[in-house]
Amino acid sequence: MQWFNIVVQGVLIGGLYAMFAAGLSLIFGVMRLVNIAHGDLIVLAAYVSLMVTQGMGIDPLTSLLLVVPIMALIGYILQRALLNQTLGDNLLPPLLVTFGLSIIIQNGLLELFTADSRRLQAGALEVQAFELLQGVWIGVLPLLQFAIAVAVIAGLQMLFYRTALGRAFRATSDDQSVAQLMGLDTRHVFAMAMAFSLAVVAVAGVFLAVRTNFDPAIGPARLIFGFEAVIIGGLGSMWGTLAGGIILGVSQAIGAQIDPGWQLLAGHIVFLVILAVRPQGLFPKVSE
Amino acid sequence: MPDLLEVKAIDVFYGDFQALFGVSLGVEVGHIIAVIGANGAGKSTLLKTIAGLMHPRRGELRFRGLALTGTPAFNVVNRGIALVPEGRRLFPSLTVEENLLIGGQSRRSGPWTLARIYDLFPVLAERRHLPAPALSGGQQQMAAIGRALMANPQLLLCDEISLGLAPIVVRDIYTRLPQIAAEGLSLIIVEQDIAQALRAANHVYCLQEGRVALKGPARELTRETISAAYFGV
Repeated sequence: MQWFNIVVQGVLIGGLYAMFAAGLSLIFGVMRLVNIAHGDLIVLAAYVSLMVTQGMGIDPLTSLLLVVPIMALIGYILQRALLNQTLGDNLLPPLLVTFGLSIIIQNGLLELFTADSRRLQAGALEVQAFELLQGVWIGVLPLLQFAIAVAVIAGLQMLFYRTALGRAFRATSDDQSVAQLMGLDTRHVFAMAMAFSLAVVAVAGVFLAVRTNFDPAIGPARLIFGFEAVIIGGLGSMWGTLAGGIILGVSQAIGAQIDPGWQLLAGHIVFLVILAVRPQGLFPKVSE
Repeated sequence: MPDLLEVKAIDVFYGDFQALFGVSLGVEVGHIIAVIGANGAGKSTLLKTIAGLMHPRRGELRFRGLALTGTPAFNVVNRGIALVPEGRRLFPSLTVEENLLIGGQSRRSGPWTLARIYDLFPVLAERRHLPAPALSGGQQQMAAIGRALMANPQLLLCDEISLGLAPIVVRDIYTRLPQIAAEGLSLIIVEQDIAQALRAANHVYCLQEGRVALKGPARELTRETISAAYFGV
């Protein structure tokens, strides 16, 4: 029963990792951009939520109503003003620019908020739990976080396969110059993709900040978790990304149970094993 | 006087390499223009320039009396010029119907709707939910033409629509061009298959090494003058 409990907790945290990964996967899929600043943008979203909750006296989950549009807007502007200029046949410029962006965000946050650890307080919700089975307690907040992660993944899947914007995303991903012949301004399409990516980042950042302490330096580790979940799940598959997040979460939970020092290591080892055995990931999108 | 499209002495470059030298061309409403020439003569470059994927370094383009030079491709299609690109280039991760729908993205009003495209090419209706790569070459070409028509253009540019297709399929597609032109649409077709082009077109331009080597009404040109212009002998 103890092990069952551990797996359940791992699955629930996996939802958060899937949200870290979904935004990365989305923009890589649409514009082949690897966003090294992704983790720092998650932390930025946490600080934006901190300011909103403190400034307006609302709880973190309600703050999402503001944080999500703010981050989406930042994403749109960031893409139009900066990242579009770096895209081309060469993959190096966007890597270097987002690496620089990562450093700028970390140091900017350090200047503004110092290196102190912060936490978002979700009040009574944080400690509420119910007993699923004898000895298996589920926290309401982790469950809510997992449910929202599933909803976010399902929403992105719908966006991609059921809407005109999703059609534009896929067409632009297939062939940029022909997409332009269809009347699609690819600069705008890319900016919309980044806006959605950062909207997901906003949700992930707020849940991260409610779950655990955060400071300006924790972004890169979140980026790694996101990358690992994407690779485990297989590039280009949203549901695969959710599965990747869950596998990573469960591996970490089991590792931590064996030895607390093994939590992160266990996740990395499982990632490396999957990369070695199945480099295309567990659920790659079947390409014709 | 050409009243739809005027291309005036354009020079087009790929980096330092000049692909077009002072090319001029005119299209009238309802006409079919054929552009022929050997490989590398600049035919596709001319179409890409009209479609806005490339921009001339010198010279100008006017569409319906208004300047078109320098307009980016996504605005050119909104102005009423659609290109069927060489090699079809359907979006492989989209279904046939999604490919057609994305062609209608610009929301120009006009006669072409999904239903009309399916009337013109009934085989596409049967296969609407298949991914584009599941179609045969000829069906893909029909889908590519349908996708361009969905933008309800006034000028349709067709780049080598017979390339890699069986002759019977080519004939099948070409028999539908007059039906398309009957909707008041003008066409520029780029072809290697000269006989096919001469049958379909009102006017012929022959390009040779980036220059117009010959132009004239299709029925006045003889095989000899064309092959002279084509090969530059």
